[in-house]
Amino acid sequence: MSDIKNIRNDYLAKLKLSLSLEEINQIKTELFGKNGLISSQFKNIGSLQETDRKKFASDLNQIKDDLQNLITNKINEIESKKINKKLEKEKIDVTLPERSFVRGKIHPVSQTIDEISSIFSEIGFSVEEGPDIENEYNNFTALNTPDNHPARDMHDTFYLDENKEILLRTHTSPVQIRTMLKDKPPFKIIAPGRTYRSDSDQTHAPMFHQVEGLHIDKDINMGHLKGCLNYFIKEFFEVEKIKMRFRPSHFPFTEPSAEVDIGYEIKDGKIVIGEGDQWLEILGCGMVHPNVLKNVKVDPSKYQGYAFGIGIDRLSMLKYGINDLRAFFDCDYRWLNHFGFDPLDVPTNYRGLSR
Amino acid sequence: MKITFDWLKDHLDTKLKEEKLLKQLTNIGLEVESVENLSAGLDLFKVSKILKTEKHPNADRLKVCDVDVGEKEIKKVVCGAPNAREGLITIYAPPGAVVPKSKVKLVVAKIRDVISYGMLCSESELNLSDESDGITELSLKKYEKSIGKSYFSKSDSNLIDLSITPNRPDCLGVRGIARDLAASGFGKLKNLKEKKIKSITKQTLKVKINKEKNQGCSSFGSCLITNVKNNESPKWLKDKLVSIGQKPISAIVDITNYVMFDINRPLHAYDADKIEKGIVVRNSKFGEEFTALDNKSYKLDDGMCVISDGKGVLGLGGIIGGTRSGTEFNTKNILLESAYFKPRSIRSTSKKLNLDTDAKFRFERGIDPLSIEDGLNKAALLIKDICGGEISKIDIQRIETSKIKTIKFDTNLFEKITGFKISTKEMLKILEDLGFKIKKEKKYLKLTIPTWRPDISQEIDIIEELVRITGYDKIKIIDPIKERTKSTLTQSQKLFHFLQRAIASKGYLEAITWSFTDSNYNDYFKDKNKEIKIVNPISSELGVLRNSIFSNLIMYMNKNLDRGFKDLSIFEIGPIFTGSNPGEQNTVACGLSAGKRSRLSWIEKERNVDLFDVKRDVVQTLVEAGYNSDKFFIDSETPNYYHPGKSGRLFLNRGKDQIAAYFGEIHPNILKMIDIKTESLVGFEIFLDNLKLPKKTLNDQKTKFEVSDYQKSERDFAFIVNKEVKAQDLINAVSSVDKKLISNIKVFDIYEGENIPENQKSIAISVTIQSSEKTLNDNDLENINNSIIKTVENKTGAKIRS
Repeated sequence: MSDIKNIRNDYLAKLKLSLSLEEINQIKTELFGKNGLISSQFKNIGSLQETDRKKFASDLNQIKDDLQNLITNKINEIESKKINKKLEKEKIDVTLPERSFVRGKIHPVSQTIDEISSIFSEIGFSVEEGPDIENEYNNFTALNTPDNHPARDMHDTFYLDENKEILLRTHTSPVQIRTMLKDKPPFKIIAPGRTYRSDSDQTHAPMFHQVEGLHIDKDINMGHLKGCLNYFIKEFFEVEKIKMRFRPSHFPFTEPSAEVDIGYEIKDGKIVIGEGDQWLEILGCGMVHPNVLKNVKVDPSKYQGYAFGIGIDRLSMLKYGINDLRAFFDCDYRWLNHFGFDPLDVPTNYRGLSR
Repeated sequence: MKITFDWLKDHLDTKLKEEKLLKQLTNIGLEVESVENLSAGLDLFKVSKILKTEKHPNADRLKVCDVDVGEKEIKKVVCGAPNAREGLITIYAPPGAVVPKSKVKLVVAKIRDVISYGMLCSESELNLSDESDGITELSLKKYEKSIGKSYFSKSDSNLIDLSITPNRPDCLGVRGIARDLAASGFGKLKNLKEKKIKSITKQTLKVKINKEKNQGCSSFGSCLITNVKNNESPKWLKDKLVSIGQKPISAIVDITNYVMFDINRPLHAYDADKIEKGIVVRNSKFGEEFTALDNKSYKLDDGMCVISDGKGVLGLGGIIGGTRSGTEFNTKNILLESAYFKPRSIRSTSKKLNLDTDAKFRFERGIDPLSIEDGLNKAALLIKDICGGEISKIDIQRIETSKIKTIKFDTNLFEKITGFKISTKEMLKILEDLGFKIKKEKKYLKLTIPTWRPDISQEIDIIEELVRITGYDKIKIIDPIKERTKSTLTQSQKLFHFLQRAIASKGYLEAITWSFTDSNYNDYFKDKNKEIKIVNPISSELGVLRNSIFSNLIMYMNKNLDRGFKDLSIFEIGPIFTGSNPGEQNTVACGLSAGKRSRLSWIEKERNVDLFDVKRDVVQTLVEAGYNSDKFFIDSETPNYYHPGKSGRLFLNRGKDQIAAYFGEIHPNILKMIDIKTESLVGFEIFLDNLKLPKKTLNDQKTKFEVSDYQKSERDFAFIVNKEVKAQDLINAVSSVDKKLISNIKVFDIYEGENIPENQKSIAISVTIQSSEKTLNDNDLENINNSIIKTVENKTGAKIRS
């Protein structure tokens, strides 16, 4: 009994000294090796009298645990010291640049189209498309703009044939015609896309983007038109209040027709939408002309509704403070990088249109 | 349409301020485009008298004039006009005045060492006429007592420019605008008691309208005014025309112009003595020629409506007169024409000849056919007043009578379209004020449309009038219902949006370029497509529709490289065109990558971008879009604008239905020809219309989650194969051995050269083998090994490398 206590005391004292890893391992072998001091004590257990055996075994185990824990701790301590010493030499300049990563950007027009689609999606519009090359009928005649109508002069048209029958669409309105010919009412669509006019200066590009809207049902009136556009403009510019003005105008394919202005002011050189008393025209709209409905075999005595056309590039310029339309199509790396959007920045209703 | 507040008040009784009226004009659809104060600063221009002229000491052609401008001090002015002479009454502009034509602000200037205080002005400089040969000469009698006074009469009236929509020809006359304002409650339309010609002499010049097919003239009114003395217009008339930016010419021309702007009634005055044997209105014959008042000669086509006499064409009816019968200051006898020309005829003629005039603009929109007489009365009496002479009776030739149009209007329709109500009483008031004659029937109003409103023909037109005059601000806002019955995007639209963002997320900047391109660039990339020309391109560099997006993308890539950027990737997703009919277009996502990866990096190895970069972008994009890369099939047949050996074609499956994408290096010859300087240029095209849309959504495609926890083994093989054998063939062969057990195949080395026979190469692959049922033992693995080797050797002619 006193034997094992002596072993314990001896070795606890030994282990208190500052030891190297080798010395500790030496002690470990002395105690727990095949014929180690502790190991051999365990062999003795069997030869003890039954009355003493239990107590001895319990004490021996206790001593074994104590010594072993101490040794393990000692070893850990030394090893971690060793690692820490090694790490001291591994210091690196973390301010060096990281490995390169490039992410591209989404063009502001694409981002704006996604924003527009997201807003109209919420109130039940779905997206339609039409071809860039159109025939004269869909682009003009079916839209109540017959040949020799002066309104055709307002569209400087690109033609693909000498007879002026095939052209590049001058607006997205022919998608109205295609949609209504293809399906049956009601219709509730928007149609974003490329449009073309042979006009080129600081504020006009030969190609630009429009989004068409069309809502035809049994009882859709000008109040719905006003409500829809009011909603859209508020959502798009992400403002609580919007100053909007409906002004009578004329488009052959709608009647009554209106142009819509929004209020703005210039504050610190930046345009602020929804305030001030300057007006900015942003879209044209109206009730679809009965002649157009007749042209697509929709009965105007049963169905009526509105249509609108919005210049996407212009909206984008207003919202994102871009002042040169031509730059949209100039593909300048610096511009794309500056005005482009992160591809992960998908406009959604729940998260908000823009960050 | 340009008007002034003063002119408007000739027709409108109102006490309202100009500002209020301007707002209201816009509110009723006559949009005010701009308001300009034309007379600002004009009071500086003074009537003056030249007292003395001396030759300029240093310039032969210049004179130094002493000018009396009504002040104590006599002004010294240097002047180059040949007509500057002692005693001449002219117009003087002091330093500080802005010359109306050039908008140049005058300063005290030294002209060849002589100081000049201001300037003596020509009529042209003052926008009074085209006369620029000398300074203005004012009549001594009239102006001698006005020296020092402003030449221009004082007017606070602004020049108001209205944008009149093409449906409103009536508002191309000041009276029409006044009528609209009055109808909306802003003033009262004046009832002008116009005098009529009282004459007993007949109009002796014979006028005939030929009855022929597509005759563009339906009636021709005229009267003769004999023994006139054409001269300058009186000041009130000149001022009126100048106030809306028109140049006075001569009394007769000015009067016809005045009537046109006042009541929208174009007229034409002929020198009656120059007309041979009466007037015939007829269709032109091919090849006929005449010189118009714009001093240009026009060659006519068949079937254009011309006014002619015994000698030939005098003018194009309703568009422009000819020089041969034009009035001049010495004209004695005038034939005044007031006719109705059909819009269709006017438009087609003016389009063909590319001619635009004030008269044409009005006739093509539709002139009031009943204004023929009003116009003649008003103009002839004015001419008599100003130029003297005798007026004949009015003669009107007609081959068609204009019909009076009526509409039945159901008043309930108003609320149905606009969503708000107005009383029938209000409706009646508005319509009456606009000139409608109304008869109340049981269920509807029977409306007689005013003859000056060719735009009105059906009920919806009446609603427009009512709501326009009532005010669009009365329309209630009905908030939209947030409800969706149909999905917003179709599958293919979703794919478009997905690919767009997937490509951008791989380092490409999205560009949007024109759908047209330079045919020189297009030629490089059109492959087997045919060129689609635009008949009227904006410039020759944008003359064709693009057959490929590469043409534009590479051009802009080059510009960016010129800006000093070396490593960049751009892409565009949009249409390319395969033919010139609607629908002959495909949607393509096209990317281009130039330069190097990791240029000058302290940590990464620098290398050129290569085809495996773009291949990764294509494959990864398609995988992200939901296509299974295990099924992809790739070969090397690509269009001629790719490097023939370093480009590939990708199909979504081995069936090779439709080409999903191309990728690879751009052909070095093209790079050379367009002189693009970069270490490497690689690109890709993904053809969206060729991507079969999955029938199920990605969510539905997800199968049960099954994985194996049994041990997996990796075995490496090196095969020696002929050079033509593709890695894809080898991989396919291996995977065909046992699709269940072989879970992954990786190529980890390609080697040619020493120890490998010529025309052969070594491909080393690592194959992962794992069973979902048990741990494979050595025997199982050995069997698979042998099977792999045997299959690959059989299928590809390979030999296992020992």
